[in-house]
Amino acid sequence: MASLSADHARPGPPAARARRKTRRSLVGWKFVSPFMALFALVFLAPIGYSIYLSLYKTRLIGGTQFVGAQNYTEAFQDSQFWSGFGRVALFLMVQVPIMLGLALLLALAIDSGRLYGAAFFRISVFLPYAVPAVVATLMWGFMYGTRFGLIGNLDKAFGVTLPDPLSPDLILASIGNIVTWQWVGYNMLILYSALRVVNPSLYEAAAIEGAGQFRIIWAIKLPALRGALMIATIFSVIGSFQLFNEPSILKHLAPNAITTYFTPNYYAYSLSFDGQQFNYSATVAIVMGVATMIVAYAVQLRGMRKAG
Amino acid sequence: MTSDTSGMSDTIRPAQPARPARLRGATPPLRAKARHAPHLRRRSVTLTALMTLMVIYSLLPLAWLAINATKSQNGLFNSFGLWFKDFSFFSNISDTFTYDHAIFTRWLLNTVLYVVVGAGGATLLATLAGYGLAKFDFPGKKAVFAIVIGAVAVPGTALAVPTFLMFSKLGLTDTPWAIIIPSLISPFGLYLMWTFSTDAVPKEMLESARVDGAGEFRTFFKVSLPLLGPGIVTVLLFNVVATWNNYFLPLIMLKDPDWYPLTLGLNDWNMQAQTAGGDAVFNLVITGSLVTIVPLIAAFLLLQRYWQSGLSAGSVKG
Repeated sequence: MASLSADHARPGPPAARARRKTRRSLVGWKFVSPFMALFALVFLAPIGYSIYLSLYKTRLIGGTQFVGAQNYTEAFQDSQFWSGFGRVALFLMVQVPIMLGLALLLALAIDSGRLYGAAFFRISVFLPYAVPAVVATLMWGFMYGTRFGLIGNLDKAFGVTLPDPLSPDLILASIGNIVTWQWVGYNMLILYSALRVVNPSLYEAAAIEGAGQFRIIWAIKLPALRGALMIATIFSVIGSFQLFNEPSILKHLAPNAITTYFTPNYYAYSLSFDGQQFNYSATVAIVMGVATMIVAYAVQLRGMRKAG
Repeated sequence: MTSDTSGMSDTIRPAQPARPARLRGATPPLRAKARHAPHLRRRSVTLTALMTLMVIYSLLPLAWLAINATKSQNGLFNSFGLWFKDFSFFSNISDTFTYDHAIFTRWLLNTVLYVVVGAGGATLLATLAGYGLAKFDFPGKKAVFAIVIGAVAVPGTALAVPTFLMFSKLGLTDTPWAIIIPSLISPFGLYLMWTFSTDAVPKEMLESARVDGAGEFRTFFKVSLPLLGPGIVTVLLFNVVATWNNYFLPLIMLKDPDWYPLTLGLNDWNMQAQTAGGDAVFNLVITGSLVTIVPLIAAFLLLQRYWQSGLSAGSVKG
C-alpha cells in the first residue's frame, strides 16, 4: 500500500532526502519537548539545586558559606540519620520479600485457571491500591487502636490485653502491614500482566510432554516473570527508602512510638520544616537518593546476571 | 504478530489489547479463549479457599470503614467495630459536607481541580512524549531515555525540599500551581505510553498517512490516537490515583486550608480529633475517608476492561 504511492512522496535527490530526514528528526522533538521542558523544571532543577544547597551552610553568625563536603561528613556521623536508615533497611529486608512473595503466589494462583471466580479475586486484591495512603493509614490506625478499634473490641470481648500494634516495639510491623495491604495487589497485577503475555502454546507443549503445574511454573512462568519481578523489586526498594506518609500520619495516633527521625525521609522533612535546616536536609535527601540508586542498580545487575 | 525480540524478552509479546488486536488480525481473541482451556476441567477448592482468605484481608478494612461510617460519634465508641449501631449514615454525610463552613466540599473541589488539570495534563504530556519516542528517530533520543529512566530512581521526596524552596522563591507556594505543576510529570506514564505506542501503532499506517500528505500532528490525532486508547486510559487512571492520593507534596506546599486536597484535610480533622480539647470529629474523619475513596474505586471497577488490557500490553519487557 505504501509502496504504490511512494514515488511522488519520496524526493529523488539525496540532498533533499537528507534534509527531509533531519526535518523528521525534529518532528520527534516537537512531541517530546513539552514533557522534557517541564521535566527539567520539576526534576532536574531541584536535583541540581539540592546538590548546590548541600555544599553550603547557614550559620547565625557569618550567613551562608561554602563548606564543601562538610554536611556529608556530618550526615555520615549522624546517629539519628543512621537509626532511620537502619529502620528502612530492616523494613526493606522483611516487608518487601513478604509482599512480593505474596504477590507472586497470588499472580500464579489467578493465572493458573484453577480458581473459581478468578476475575473477582483479581480486582478485590487490587482495590486497596486505589485507597490513598492517608485513608489507609487512618483506617488501619483506628482499627489498631484500643478506643474504638478492633483490637479494643477484642480486648473487651475476651477480657484479654492483646499486644498494642501502636507500641514502639510493634509500630514498624504495623506499618509493614499497612504498606503490604496497599501494594500487594498492585504488584500482583504487574506480575499477572507479565504472565498473560506468555505464549500459551508453550503450556500446551509442556502439558503434552507430561509436565505438571509446578514444573510449568518453574520452567516457563518464573523465567517469564524475571523482568516484571525486577521492576516490582526496584519500585519496592524506592518505596521503602522513601517511607514517610504512614509514619507521619500514624504519629498523631501513636506519638510515643514514632520519632521525628523515624525514617530518613521523615528526618529530612523535620529538618526542613521544623528546624529550618534546609542545607542539611538537602544533604540527607541526596544521600538517600544515592543509596536508593545504588540498591536499585544492584537489583538490576543481579536480575541481568541471572538472565545471562 | 509483530515479533519483538529486543534484549532479554524471549517469549514476551503484547497481549491482546482490546482494540489494536483487530487491526493485527483475528488470531489474538481466539488465542485468548484457547488459553485457559486445558486447565478448565480441574478447579481447585483449596486454592479458592486460600484466595478467599486473601480477599478477606483486602476487603476487611474497607468493610470496617463502610460500617463505621454509619455510626454516630457515640455509637463508634460503644459498639463492636464490624457490626452496626445507631444508623446515622445520612446525618454523617451531611455533617461531613457542611461542617466548618463546608470546608470538606471545598477540599473535594480542590482535589477535582488538581486531578483534572494535573492528571489530565500529565497524561497528555506522557502520551505525546511516549509516542514521539516510540515513532520518531531524533538526535538526543538516547539521552532522553537515560535521563528519564535515571530520574525514576530518584526518590520523589528527595526532590520535595528543593522544589519547595524554588517554588517559594517564585511565589508559587500556597497556590494551586504548587500542586499542579509537579503533578504534570509522570515518568512511569511516559514509559508505559512508550512501550504501548511501539506495538499499538503499526509503522505502515503512519507511512501511508504521511504519503497522503497528512502532517505529523494530524496523523497523530487521526490515526494514532484511536489506537492508543487502552494505553491512555491506563496511564490516565494511574495518574488520577497518584494525584487524588497525593499527600506529601500538598503537605509541604500548602499552609492555607482553603487550598487543601481531601487527603490533607482528612489528616487535619484527625489531628484535631486527637488533640485534647479539640472537637472530636471521628465520625466525620471516617465518613470523609469513605467519600474520598468511593470515586476511585468506582473508576477502577467501571474501567476494568480498558486498564487491564492497557497494562498487559505495556507490560514489562525484560
